Amino acid sequence: MPAPSPSSPPSSGSRSSLRELLRQGALVERHRPWPRAVVDASLWQTAGELLSGESSSLLALWGEPSAVHLSFFDQNSGEAGVMSLPCSGGTFPSIGRLHPPASRLERAIRDLFGLSAQESLDSRPWLDHGTWEARFPLGIAPRPAESVSYAFLPAEGEELHQVPVGPVHAGIIEPGHFRFTAAGETVVRLEERLGYVHRGIEKLLLGAEIDRGAELAGRVSGDTTAAYSTAFALAVEAAAGLESPPLAHWLRALCVEIERIANHLGDVGAICNDAAFPRIQAFCALLREKLLRAADECFGHRLMMDRIVPGGIRVLPQAETLRRLRELSKEIALSLPEIVQVYENTPSLQDRVVGTGRLSRELAKEYSCGGVIGRASGRLFDARRNLGYPPYPNLRFSIPVLEEGDVDARVSIRIREIEQSLGLIEQIIDGLPEGPANAPLSREQAASGEGVALVEGFRGDIFVSVRFDEKGRIARCHFRDPSWFQWPLLEAAIYGNIIADFPLCNKSFNCSYAGHDL
Amino acid sequence: MTSDSQIPSSPRPRRPTLFGLLRSGLPEAPPPVDEKHLRELGRRVEERARSRLGRSLALRLVDAGSCNGCELELHALQNPFYDLERFGLRFVASPRHADVLLVTGPVTRNMREALERTYHAIPDPKWVVAVGDCAATGGLFSGNYACIGAAASVVPVDLAIPGCPPRPRELLAGLLALLESAKKPAHS
Ligand code: SF4
Repeated sequence: MPAPSPSSPPSSGSRSSLRELLRQGALVERHRPWPRAVVDASLWQTAGELLSGESSSLLALWGEPSAVHLSFFDQNSGEAGVMSLPCSGGTFPSIGRLHPPASRLERAIRDLFGLSAQESLDSRPWLDHGTWEARFPLGIAPRPAESVSYAFLPAEGEELHQVPVGPVHAGIIEPGHFRFTAAGETVVRLEERLGYVHRGIEKLLLGAEIDRGAELAGRVSGDTTAAYSTAFALAVEAAAGLESPPLAHWLRALCVEIERIANHLGDVGAICNDAAFPRIQAFCALLREKLLRAADECFGHRLMMDRIVPGGIRVLPQAETLRRLRELSKEIALSLPEIVQVYENTPSLQDRVVGTGRLSRELAKEYSCGGVIGRASGRLFDARRNLGYPPYPNLRFSIPVLEEGDVDARVSIRIREIEQSLGLIEQIIDGLPEGPANAPLSREQAASGEGVALVEGFRGDIFVSVRFDEKGRIARCHFRDPSWFQWPLLEAAIYGNIIADFPLCNKSFNCSYAGHDL
Repeated sequence: MTSDSQIPSSPRPRRPTLFGLLRSGLPEAPPPVDEKHLRELGRRVEERARSRLGRSLALRLVDAGSCNGCELELHALQNPFYDLERFGLRFVASPRHADVLLVTGPVTRNMREALERTYHAIPDPKWVVAVGDCAATGGLFSGNYACIGAAASVVPVDLAIPGCPPRPRELLAGLLALLESAKKPAHS
C-alpha cells in the first residue's frame, strides 16, 4: 500500500477529518451504507490522533484474524465511516495510546485474535481470564490455554484500604468484579474487571446462516433484544442491498420504543429503590409489567425476542392488541407526572440523587458516551437523529439533554425519554403504513456483501458490522454495545463519592455485562 | 374540540396511582402447581428437609452467562402482579442464607468457579434450579470455547424451567412446585 500521497487534492482539510482520511485509502466496494477503506499504518495512526480531537467520535474498534477495523462518526459532516488496517505481522499501532476509550477494545482484540496494539499503555488481558479452551480463539493461530494472572492497578497511601466486590453480587444482577480503593468511606479508585459472561458469540457467528445470526443477535443482551435485532437486520439488509418494507421499519421501531420504556421504567424504579424509596419501584414495576404483557399480546413474546429478522418482522400484531397498547401508553403518560411529583418532592430521595455520581461533560464527550448517560452529561447524540434511519425521520420526537451529569440528571432524562417514546408509540400505531411486512432475503443477495448499522437502544447506540462470504454465510460479525464507552466512565463518576452510594451510581448507569462481554 | 371524531366505545384509561396500589386487585392468583415438576422433585426431597424448612424457601441467583433476559423475568416475580414473597419465597443476598440456588446462562468458563463456590456456600439441604434454556441445556451456546453448557454439568440440578426466557408464571409454577415438594410427603 502506498504511503498517504497527495494524489487526492491536498485541500486545506485533507488531514483534518476522518472522512478525508478515508478518501486516501482504498475504498471497498460492497460496504454499505457508509464507506469503508483499507488504509496503511500511517493513516491509521493519523486517525487515532483525529479521534482524540474535538470533532470526531469513535464508534467501534474490532478485529479479524489479520486485520483491525475502526468506525467513526464525524460530527462536522454528520457522516460515518469504517477504516481497516491489514496487520500481517500480528500488530497494529495502538489507537488507545492516543485515545484512551479505545484501550479496552484493543485488549479485547488481543484476547480474541492475538493481535497486539503496539505501544499500548495497558496490555493486560480483558475478556480472557485464562479459563477458555484456547487462547486467541478467533485468531489465525489459537494457542493452548494458560492461566492468566491479573494485576489490578496499584493504589498507595497510608489510609487506603481495598474492597473487592463480585463477580457474584447480592440481588438479581449480572456478574462483574469491582475493586474499590477507599480512604475511609470515600472512593479514591474503582477498577472494574469484566468478561465473566463472555459466551464467545462472535465465534458462533463465524460461518453462520442469516437466521442463526439473527437468533444470536437477539441474545447478545436480552434486555435490548429488539434494538439488537433491528441493528443486525439493518446491517444484513445493507450488505444485501435490500430495503425492507416500510411496515417492517415502523413495527421494529414500535418494538424498540416499547423496550426503551420498559427498561427506563425498570431503571427509574431500581434507582429509587436503592435510595430507600421502594414505593416508586413498585409502581414502575407495575407499569412495566403491564407494558410487557401488552408487548406479549402484540408480538407473542414479552421481550419481543426473535420477532425482528433481516428482511422484515415475523409477527404482525392485531388491530385490537395495538389499540390496547395505545391505551396503555396513554395510561402510562398520565401516571408519569405522579412519579415525577413524588420523586421531586421527597427530600430523602433528592438528598441521595442530587450531586451524586457526577460525570463531566468532557469525559462523556471524549468517550463518545451514548444514551442516557451521555445525554445527562450534555452530549447530544442519538442515532435515531444523527444517523437517522427509518422510520424516525418521519416521526416527531425530541431528545432531552441535561448538563448536571449526576444520578438525578440520569433519572430525569429517563423520565423525559419515556414521555417521548410514548408519543412515538402513539404516532407509530396511528400511522402504520400499508403493505407487506417482509421482503424475501436470500443467501445469494447477501453473498460477499458488507453492511453496518447504528441503532439507538435504551442504553445508547448499538453498532453492528457484518460481512458475508461468497456463499452468503457470515464471515465476520461484530457487535459493539454502548456499555463499552460507559463502563470506564462509571469508574470516573464514583470517584470522591462514598462506597455506600455505589449501587445507586451503578444503577443510574445500568451498563450491560452480557452486551459488553459478548 | 369536537368529540364526534372520537371512537365512543373506547373507555378512558383507568389511571393507576402511586398511592392507590392497595385497591388494585393485585397480586394475581398463582398458577396451578405443575404435576410434572412435583413428580420430578418429590423423589429428591427428604423428610428431614421438609420438617426443617417448613414452608418457605430462600433463593439465591447466580447468573452464569445469561443474556440478562432470564434475570428480567426473575425480577418480575417481585412486582405487585406476582408478589413472590407471599408464598414464602424470597431472594436473599447471601448464599449462606439460601436454600435454593437458581442458575441462569450457559455456564461460561469465566463463571464456573464463582458458580461452584456459591453452590458450596449454601448450607444443606439445598436445591438447584436451572432457569431458562441456557442453564437447562446450554441453549445456543453449547460447545463453544467459552461455555461449559447446561448447569447440570457443574452443579446437581433438581429442576429445570425451560423457556427463553421462561415467563414469570412459568417461573412461579416451577418454584411453587419446589415449595410443595419441600412441604408434603413425597410419593414413593
Ligand atoms: S434462556 Fe434465553 S433469555 Fe435466558 S439467558 Fe439464555 S438466551 Fe437469555
